[in-house]
Amino acid sequence: MSRAIIRDSLSVSITVGVYGIAFGAAAVEADLSVLQACVLSLLTFTGASQFAVVGVLGAGGSALSAVTAASLLGVRNSFYGLRMAPILQVRGAKRLAAAQITIDESTAVSVAQEDKGLDAMRLGFWATGIGVYIFWNLFTFLGALGATALGDPAAWGLDAAVPAAFLGLLWPRLISKSARIVALISILMCTLLIPFAPAGVPVIACALIPFIFAFVGDRK
Amino acid sequence: MIWTAIIATSVIAFMLKYLGQAVPAAWLENARIQKFALYLPTALLAALVAVQSLGSEKNIVFDARSIGVVVAAVALFLKAPFPVVVLLAALTSAGIHQL
Repeated sequence: MSRAIIRDSLSVSITVGVYGIAFGAAAVEADLSVLQACVLSLLTFTGASQFAVVGVLGAGGSALSAVTAASLLGVRNSFYGLRMAPILQVRGAKRLAAAQITIDESTAVSVAQEDKGLDAMRLGFWATGIGVYIFWNLFTFLGALGATALGDPAAWGLDAAVPAAFLGLLWPRLISKSARIVALISILMCTLLIPFAPAGVPVIACALIPFIFAFVGDRK
Repeated sequence: MIWTAIIATSVIAFMLKYLGQAVPAAWLENARIQKFALYLPTALLAALVAVQSLGSEKNIVFDARSIGVVVAAVALFLKAPFPVVVLLAALTSAGIHQL
């Protein structure tokens, strides 16, 4: 049983690790150094937020806009922590480590083991979290190094790789009709705000859409 | 400025991760808060796609990069894996730049 879980964790870790190449390249395209790209992956360690930081900075946004957009994207990890806390039952240093690797993938693999009991869920969480941490950081370094060696990013199409990566992160979330409506309104609103708001602000403003959806709409 | 953004993002990202483990479960179990949290990443990622593929400073443009993103969307629709999607977008944009 545990061998199958570790195999699942490893395959998720390697697949997600490959996104790290795209992130490393995106960071360099946004004028970050290889070191800055690697520190983001080591310390922030939550992909969508990292892409948001380099996306907003690359578009000329302020540090405040970059941090705000990234942090709004990081809010979902609080809910993953909430889901994982009663399963992991950890304190002290182990809880700090668990928090750092509480991301989409570790939570998803853990929850997928629900029918196999608590030990299986714990193993899925730790194996996936640690595996993704290793591969994500390794591939960030390789991606950043590779993009630095390429020179002019636009000539290699890296300018399109960043929004394509965002689209790749968005796609699996569009499973319900409500999600597709939220995404569509967000794209329209954000595009219309581009000429009027400083870089980064149109993205942050779109946090209003799910807010209205959740707090003004009828309770379902 | 870049370092400030990196450190601040990292500190807040960690606090958000830790918060879920540390606060009483009831705080985040409200149905409306759950709904907000479910759709927040969807809205932000969609907004980032829009800005990154159509925004150039304060102008709305449709350029080589935008066409690359359209190709990425088609690839995703055809269930292409992530690296292929990103590569196709890059190749499209690079190809148009070469023209």
